[in-house]
Amino acid sequence: MTMDPTTTTLLDDATMVSEPPEQDIVFPKNLVGIRTLEAEQIGLVLDTAEHFRAISERPIKKVPALRGKTVVNLFFEPSTRTRTSFEIAGKRLSADVQSVSASTSSVVKGETLLDTARNIEAMLPDILVLRHASAGATDFLARHCSAAVVNAGDGAHEHPTQALLDALTIRRSKGKIAGLRVVIVGDISHSRVARSNILCLRKLGADVTVAAPPTLMPVQVESLGVTAHHRIEPALEGADVVMMLRIQVERGGKLNVPSAAEYFKLFGLTESRLALARDDAIVMHPGPMNRGVEIASDVADGPRSVILEQVTNGLAVRMAILYLLAGGNPKNVESAA
Amino acid sequence: MSNLLLRGGRLVDPANGVDMVGDLLVVDGVIEKTGPEIDDAAAETIECGGMIVAPGFVDMHVHLREPGFEYKETIATGTMAAAAGGFTGVACMPNTRPVNDHRAVTEFIIERANLEGHVRVHPIGAVSIGQDGEALAEIGELVGAGCVAVSDDGYPVATAQLMRKALEYSRMFDIPVIDHCEERSMTTASVIHEGAVSTALGMRGWPAAAEEIIVARDLLLAEATGGRLHLAHLSTAGSMRLVRDAKERGVNVTCEVMTHHFSLTDEAVRGFDTNTKMNPPLRAESDRQALLEAIGNGTVDAIATDHAPHHRDEKLLEYDQAPFGIVGLETAIPLACTHLLRTDVIDVARLVELMSVNPSRILGIDGGTLASGTPAHLTVIDPERQATVDASAFHSKSQNTPFDGQTLYGWPMLTVVDGKIAWRQT
Repeated sequence: MTMDPTTTTLLDDATMVSEPPEQDIVFPKNLVGIRTLEAEQIGLVLDTAEHFRAISERPIKKVPALRGKTVVNLFFEPSTRTRTSFEIAGKRLSADVQSVSASTSSVVKGETLLDTARNIEAMLPDILVLRHASAGATDFLARHCSAAVVNAGDGAHEHPTQALLDALTIRRSKGKIAGLRVVIVGDISHSRVARSNILCLRKLGADVTVAAPPTLMPVQVESLGVTAHHRIEPALEGADVVMMLRIQVERGGKLNVPSAAEYFKLFGLTESRLALARDDAIVMHPGPMNRGVEIASDVADGPRSVILEQVTNGLAVRMAILYLLAGGNPKNVESAA
Repeated sequence: MSNLLLRGGRLVDPANGVDMVGDLLVVDGVIEKTGPEIDDAAAETIECGGMIVAPGFVDMHVHLREPGFEYKETIATGTMAAAAGGFTGVACMPNTRPVNDHRAVTEFIIERANLEGHVRVHPIGAVSIGQDGEALAEIGELVGAGCVAVSDDGYPVATAQLMRKALEYSRMFDIPVIDHCEERSMTTASVIHEGAVSTALGMRGWPAAAEEIIVARDLLLAEATGGRLHLAHLSTAGSMRLVRDAKERGVNVTCEVMTHHFSLTDEAVRGFDTNTKMNPPLRAESDRQALLEAIGNGTVDAIATDHAPHHRDEKLLEYDQAPFGIVGLETAIPLACTHLLRTDVIDVARLVELMSVNPSRILGIDGGTLASGTPAHLTVIDPERQATVDASAFHSKSQNTPFDGQTLYGWPMLTVVDGKIAWRQT
């Protein structure tokens, strides 16, 4: 057997990550959403991610933690950032990573999601990462599959790894999450990022405010435990964290937002609006950004923006998730042996 | 034909003001007599002590799927499910393939029902050709062939003008126009009720107003035309308010509520079980409470199921990809007994009105009575029987129910159609 030189040279170095935080906290078999995580489990992910962050800063960015494990990324919706992030995360942990996208899959031939997943599962992967346009698609697969299933975004429902990377970014920047005032601005109705972030931040003790035009605000949004505003200005006042969401003007046949220009005028995050927030407030965006629609370029590229750090943290969080799901499941260990 | 004697049951016949313990004798398919003690040594005797003996229950809203979708249900299996659910008659919606918009289709359904049916089948014709919402179907021909009502169910009657004409035209035949109330510009891609649950799950919501807008439209048109309006599967508090107000004004309107709408709320959707997906959707608890109140106070005329069988494969999909609808025939009576009788929302006499007397009257069909000389359609219920729903044991071809595994109270024991035992609990 030919040894991979990169992994052999790193074996010593890898001891640091082969001892993850004490797993007194039981991690669930699947990551279907933030809704199924307890605050301690979220904390475990963030702590584990801190360990993994260091790997990506080394000259040789690879450890053998998931050697012999197979991760399949099933992407039924276009995605650049999340998909690349999961691929690199798996590879840095030495997992075998295979990505399948809708255009290359049998879905175009009329195969159901379940049949596609079952066929892939017959090849005995350890982890399935699913991105899908239907809310609940991950829950559906998790019910029928024995591999661990990770939600990489299901419709407008949840995007748990995004919320976790956002939490890590906030924690690294502010030193804490409890007690912070976080405002989320944009298309709350159609945003899985907003839903997962609201759940995650509330569980960690933050105070969450959302702002959107009423046409993009879901009904009874207060039932999620947030304060809602229909103008951006009152929402920004005193904010520690400002999270902007992507706006798709074409969505909804232009019945939600008449134009990008009007949206920017009413809700765009400009330097002058940002001045309403706390002096040390940070600016976040899950991407992809529409400059000049939801956010002004000088804010996006400005000193308070942590947008690219979110992407870096995303990698660490996804490494942590893959690690916890692979290691936390005795069944997976057995099938990999 | 042998005689049938039901002995010692509680005879509940609200149409004739009767509620007494006694016997009921059937001779040659007809109710011969009822009384405190009847002797007929020649009759097959069934002990009914502790049970409710009622005029046959009628589910006025089912989808039998034949012709065209026999892989979901057939007239044979659907009527067997009806018999096993305690129904002696069903009214079947026209959204088959081909659509029941022509007397040939109606005749086919009736012929099939005569050959293989286990209960009475009453076809409902389409309002418009192909249910396309444009031209009126030959309603006179449909009625002549045996249709008891018209509806474009599955879809709303598409326009106010078509609804007006249908209400006017159907007056010649004294049949109801049954409408499925959904303002479709507000329900494009909608999956579940619009409320806290749709907000939490990120699913496209189906606002209550989308139903109520069409309810209001139809009530105004019924008032203007004098036509007979029957509103199908109403599900919201607002619809109940609109119907109550209209009835107080004397509008010629009746309405029905589905068993699942008074048994479940949108909270049941949280597990993404596609058997919680139906049209109209499961609503909020406040809507469910309003339905219960309206069932109790007479605003609601009938309870039905919207029995909508779908193949297992069709429901084994992502939630938003799965079709709307659940089966209902084999859970209707226990759901009604559990959620309406045991909770004292209504009494037994009112249950019989809602599931027998009123549907029979609205559709203008035999039944709804235990009067001597009428066809012996009978439903016998054990109100104390406790059992667990087992979808795998259904007589329906499909098992798409959200109630599988639930323990319910009050089950059918015997179904008699035209004096013959169509089904009996064994």
